[in-house]
Amino acid sequence: MENAWLIPLFPLISFLILLLFGKRLKEASAYVGILLTLASLIYSILVLFERFSEPTYVTKFDWLTIGDFHLTAGFEVNQLNALMLFIVSLVSFLVHTYSKGYMHGDERFHVFYAYLGLFTFAMLGLVISPNLLQTYIFWELVGVGSFLLIGFYFYKEEAKAAAKKAFIMTRIGDVGLFIGMALLFWQTKSFEYSDIFAAVDAGQVSGTMITLTAILIFIGAVGKSGQFPLHTWLPDAMEGPTPVSALIHAATMVAAGVYLVASLFPLFSASHTALMTVAVIGGFTAIFAASIGLVQTDIKRVLAYSTVSQLGYMMLALGSAGYVAGVFHLMTHAFFKALLFLAAGSVIHAVHTQDIEEMGGLWKKLKLTGPLFLIGTLAISGVPLLSGFFSKDEILAAAWEGGHPVLFVLALVAAFFTAFYMFRLFFMVFTGEARGNQKHVHESPSVMTFPMIILGVLAVVAGYVNTPWFGTFLGDWLVDGNEALAAHGHHEGPVWIMILATVVSLLGIYLAWLIYGKRSVSRNWLSGSGDMLHTVLLNKYYVDEFYQLTIVAITKGISYFLRFIDTFLVEGIVKGITGFVQGLGATGSKMQSGQVQTYGAVAFIGLALLAVIYALTGGYLR
Amino acid sequence: MSSVPASAFLALALILFCIGLYGALTKRNTVIVLISIELMLNAVNINLVTFSKYGMAPSITGQIFALFAISVAAAEAAVGLAILIALYRTKKTVNIDEMDTMKN
Repeated sequence: MENAWLIPLFPLISFLILLLFGKRLKEASAYVGILLTLASLIYSILVLFERFSEPTYVTKFDWLTIGDFHLTAGFEVNQLNALMLFIVSLVSFLVHTYSKGYMHGDERFHVFYAYLGLFTFAMLGLVISPNLLQTYIFWELVGVGSFLLIGFYFYKEEAKAAAKKAFIMTRIGDVGLFIGMALLFWQTKSFEYSDIFAAVDAGQVSGTMITLTAILIFIGAVGKSGQFPLHTWLPDAMEGPTPVSALIHAATMVAAGVYLVASLFPLFSASHTALMTVAVIGGFTAIFAASIGLVQTDIKRVLAYSTVSQLGYMMLALGSAGYVAGVFHLMTHAFFKALLFLAAGSVIHAVHTQDIEEMGGLWKKLKLTGPLFLIGTLAISGVPLLSGFFSKDEILAAAWEGGHPVLFVLALVAAFFTAFYMFRLFFMVFTGEARGNQKHVHESPSVMTFPMIILGVLAVVAGYVNTPWFGTFLGDWLVDGNEALAAHGHHEGPVWIMILATVVSLLGIYLAWLIYGKRSVSRNWLSGSGDMLHTVLLNKYYVDEFYQLTIVAITKGISYFLRFIDTFLVEGIVKGITGFVQGLGATGSKMQSGQVQTYGAVAFIGLALLAVIYALTGGYLR
Repeated sequence: MSSVPASAFLALALILFCIGLYGALTKRNTVIVLISIELMLNAVNINLVTFSKYGMAPSITGQIFALFAISVAAAEAAVGLAILIALYRTKKTVNIDEMDTMKN
């Protein structure tokens, strides 16, 4: 564990190598990226297993000394960090492998791998940071990586706009995080997590201040994790290449917000209001995004809204004091959502469209992708015995015990929606008749299916580390040795919750099957009865339009006003000054006519004048 | 021998200098300008010689100095003319008001 700092270093090396030699390596860049992330993965696994038996390892050194204050940097390997290291490096490695097939033939292949390396470095650095400031630095770095990768196809207007949108919207959240961080520093005189928690425990920080800082930091998490009202960037981020969507916008970066709340959990749990805010925002986002996902027709957008919804689920779990539930779902979600995205990428790779209306009947043609997609769909829908079932059950139990009954109902309805839209997607893509133009449909190369198979296995078995039946190994381990967290460990929910959750999921699947599988119920049954509702959902509740009309319009108004001031006032003054100087110069340059005789005359006149003055004053100026 | 007063020499030098100056500042032909400059130099030489004879402390230094000035002026005239010819070859003119490449 002493050398855990090497883990983020491998992808950084990959980034640097590809930056320098990428053009020459061309498609061989993939091997550089894959091998170095494999090194990270192996090391993370070692660290994870080491952490099972050994205590938390922290090391730091003085980075800056300002007066009496020592700003430190270093790294920390606690349970949460070790788990995150494993998840991030695993998904990153698989995505690196997958991209070798998916990005094959792309002109900027090596650039893509360089960006992937940069992002992986930043994300791994983020999860081992021992203090808030270091976290913040890496937090911004992952933002940069995300920006570069969303805008990878920068010649497409939509991709450019989406990259900018993602960057600006997460920045809005980051302002909150920054202010919260500064306030915490002001109150506790430290950026270290341990010092902050100690100060909060000792009651050095007033209750209002805890609530305020926790909510401000949560705003940062809202931006990064795509929670309402800053969620709109995440679906647009799907303009990036699909492996990127799997890595960044499903499994790792967007989970950073959840990770931040989880790693600052002792701070949040000190304030009931802050926890409640997290839970309400999370619960609302879960159902809000799930309802939009019901009607979208772009395969990646459905998955994107599903991601937003699932992240809301995690927030809801954390806000209901279900620390283990939130982290557990983060892990299982990383696996099955990455699987779903990679499978979706495989489908897109095969049919060259993202519109599910143009797919259909792919089950027979994509012999591997189909079943793997089904596994992911089953897992996310919470079908029993798959990973999503256990983590979702944990969340529902946490919401029931720690939260509000309304939030519990919200979570349940969101689970129903999730099962419905995921199976709607599955039936539309894989069953029925082939629609659209599908001539050369072929299964993806094995370099792409291999990562999917690994993720498929994990999506099935990952849940068994924390079940009510075979022991709650993950939950016990996560809160081990930490009294503040121990109170928020595993929730032993009543059995009826599990049964209810199963029934709800199966109902959603059944309804989806009736409409899209068997087609015994007309597709217009729902949209026909609530035409307005359907339109509203299709337009994503008009949130984008609303922002366009309010915030964007106001900002534009202000900027026009400022531009007016700039052009007429500031520029007027500046132009006056330059005009004066220019006039002076023009007069001066007129004298420099290049006529040597004029110069001579001027010199003579000057000399004569001096002589006259000399004569008149008798040699002295008085 | 000297019934001519110093002021007469000085007046001659002054007149010669003024003619030279006038020529140097007004003539368009560069050859004339160069000749005018020679006039001015000679006016100075007359001054030097005058003061070496009628000055506060008469000595031979002034005359020697004048000889030096004459020889240097000869060299200078040669160089000046050489430059002028070079200029004439590139510009096809000897008019001094057209030689204004220092502008801009």
